Amino acid sequence: MDIDKKITDDLVANDISFVTTVPCKQLAGVIEHIDARDGIFHIPSNKEDEGMGLCAGAWMGGKRPAIIMQNTAVGVTINTLATLIQYYRMPLPMLISYRGELREPIACQVEMAVHTKALLAQLNIPTYHFHHQSDVEELDAILKYTFMCNKPVAILTDANFWGGYGDQ
Amino acid sequence: MIRSEILKEIAPILRDQLVVCNIGIPSQELHAIDDQPSNFYMLGTMGLASSIGLGLALSQPKPVIVIDGDGSILTNLGTLPTIANNVADNYILLIVDNGSYGSTGDQPTYAGQKTSLTKMAEAAGCERVIECAAEETGRVLQEALDAKQMTIIVSKCESGNAKMPPITMDPVVIRDRFMKAVQA
Repeated sequence: MDIDKKITDDLVANDISFVTTVPCKQLAGVIEHIDARDGIFHIPSNKEDEGMGLCAGAWMGGKRPAIIMQNTAVGVTINTLATLIQYYRMPLPMLISYRGELREPIACQVEMAVHTKALLAQLNIPTYHFHHQSDVEELDAILKYTFMCNKPVAILTDANFWGGYGDQ
Repeated sequence: MIRSEILKEIAPILRDQLVVCNIGIPSQELHAIDDQPSNFYMLGTMGLASSIGLGLALSQPKPVIVIDGDGSILTNLGTLPTIANNVADNYILLIVDNGSYGSTGDQPTYAGQKTSLTKMAEAAGCERVIECAAEETGRVLQEALDAKQMTIIVSKCESGNAKMPPITMDPVVIRDRFMKAVQA
């Protein structure tokens, strides 16, 4: 299965047409697909909180947004999630590269990995963890759920899901 | 001339436009001077007014005016390259540059010292950047609307705040009536 294409197809099928990204090696393929796909406006952000601001504006302008980022960004965006996305009750699917999990070669990535789920839980953000490639089958339902409840929703995608960081 | 005097002067121009207003006293002042459903007040999240406004401008055709401050732009400096590289000709960023963090006690910002936000916006690649004196803001803003070209305005004014009450409106109400104004 081409998971990069499957993810992009699911975004388009759910009418998501405004996607901001901050890159991660694991996300390179899906970012490439999104950039090339007609019907998605791809706007790279310099920082993830900036990206969430763009998404908030796009949603108020009538477009369904999504953000693609690394889990280190959970640390960067807590204030934005609490005081913008949640406070004004806005939907925001967050496709997150979950670095620092099994098969991770960079030790420092583990330092944010151990906080990631705890921080998301503290924020009451619905969180899904894709570990096997077949887990991507739930993405369509997760996107529908996000725009049903108008909440930020986290989809953590680890190295095993992507086929192994560094040995893929 | 301080920020609230600029806002009073440009209120008739803002009234018919979509406005995204910076956190803190700027939003309180605009709310007290001329509350409109077409105003989106930021109650938190310092720095993101310019980003919210850009996302909005890129997603629908109506003009969007962002009222931001020098301190907030400095907080989210990455916004300037993103604005420059994603041109929306319905986007006007009005930076009320009073050289201070007004909402927190008027501590000086670097924009009031050696740093020029005008030059930073130009260096980021923004093509229509206009620095003006506070007294010229209304004219420059109207010209930017008429030009139908993405414009960054840096309005140099004095530091100081008008005493206004906090906004008590529920954020979901602010957002909902704003979205209805966008769709109207």
